[in-house]
Amino acid sequence: MKYLSEYRQPAAVQRCVAGIHRLVTRSWNLMEICGGQTHTIVRFGLDAMLPSRVRMIHGPGCPVCVTPVEMLDKAIRIASRPEVIFCSFGDMLRVPGSERDLLAVKSAGGDVRVVYSPLDAVKLAARRPERQVVFFAIGFETTAPANAMAVLHAERLGLENFTCLVSHVLVPPAMQAVLGSPQNTVHGFLAAGHVCAVMGTQQYEPLVRQFHTPVVVTGFEPLDLLQGISMCLRQLEQGRSELEIQYRRVVRPEGNRLAQEQLRRVFTTVSRKWRGIGEIPASGWALSEAYARFDAEQRFDVRDVVAEESSECFAGEVLQGHRLPVECPAFGSRCTPEHPLGAPMVSGEGACAAYYRYRRQPV
Amino acid sequence: MCLGIPGKLVELRQQDELMMGKVEFGGIVKEVCMAYLPEAEVGDYVLVHVGFAISRIDESEAEEIFRYVDEIEQLSGDADEPPALRAAEMHGEGDGS
Ligand code: SF4
Repeated sequence: MKYLSEYRQPAAVQRCVAGIHRLVTRSWNLMEICGGQTHTIVRFGLDAMLPSRVRMIHGPGCPVCVTPVEMLDKAIRIASRPEVIFCSFGDMLRVPGSERDLLAVKSAGGDVRVVYSPLDAVKLAARRPERQVVFFAIGFETTAPANAMAVLHAERLGLENFTCLVSHVLVPPAMQAVLGSPQNTVHGFLAAGHVCAVMGTQQYEPLVRQFHTPVVVTGFEPLDLLQGISMCLRQLEQGRSELEIQYRRVVRPEGNRLAQEQLRRVFTTVSRKWRGIGEIPASGWALSEAYARFDAEQRFDVRDVVAEESSECFAGEVLQGHRLPVECPAFGSRCTPEHPLGAPMVSGEGACAAYYRYRRQPV
Repeated sequence: MCLGIPGKLVELRQQDELMMGKVEFGGIVKEVCMAYLPEAEVGDYVLVHVGFAISRIDESEAEEIFRYVDEIEQLSGDADEPPALRAAEMHGEGDGS
């Protein structure tokens, strides 16, 4: 496939790896933010090709993984109502709430459906005016424009039976939290290319300046990651800290202005709890005043639901890069993709799922 | 769910007041909302995420990476030799996160 296979050419990968080996003289820890990047790294074994002095730390960029357990419980509560058709991206169905998951609601007769695009949920609401259609609007800045458009389109069509359960999270505040933590060991970041395709790169300037940490906006194919890694290492070796874009074929510094405009209309910035990590100020989006009538939490009155996280899963440690999935005592035994104890084992972008699929043994 | 996949825009049309398009991904054609990329034209490659095109792929930048590989290959240094690559593993077409 064009724009995929050429970035996986073994010869080019090999040459890039050789260049990285020549360039490194000291020990460095790099964090890739996005779970999609974690999967490429683990799947293609890129971390094992790097010099032993370079360590890749997997970041918190898996939206499914960081959706807090009470949000799951709210979803489960809403989805269990007889008048509701609950629509979600597939990954969310297996994520454990405090007692059960959305799949259990479906097996018990609830109308829970997987959609590919949020617009599918809007279309469904238009076709089924007698039912309440609720869409589980999770994701980072990459997914938010699609979810915003679903709300705008429902408004345009005058739908009164469409609402969203919104749990959006934002990348820069999470990076700030990682860098600001006393336990931080990250020297340089690979920022998530698709988030920046929407938001642009300007938001990362203050982080680079405040923490003197290089940030390289990086793509998702093996060569993208290796180039991003080498750009970041070059900065570190030369004592520079700058914002650079590796993923130029997709990311413009200004991002997608049209999408940003609609995001500002539909959403407002709020403090959010990240599963396993805790509250991060100004790290999420909720529906703005003007669109509050599309808020499922209000319509179904689930705003007060609280829940405790399972103590067995240490997803927080994994999501903050403090421990590897294989260091979890439950990994591969009590916790597998078939019977997940935590979200990182479920999601297509979760670090635990990546290690389970591609690398069950500790490296 | 954060996957973004590059594909070729093969059709554009207005539907329910929304700009929609058809995008081909290695032979598979999908319905995609083009509202955030009104400047895209049929024949362009676009990056699609959850049914929405979010960015146009810049063909002139797409080759840049190979020039970079040439450049860093020229770097001199005396660090250890890299491990041999299991070439077969690079061939998967897969999803392209
Ligand atoms: S292996 Fe399972 S229990 Fe352990 S951290 Fe990962 S998701 Fe949680």
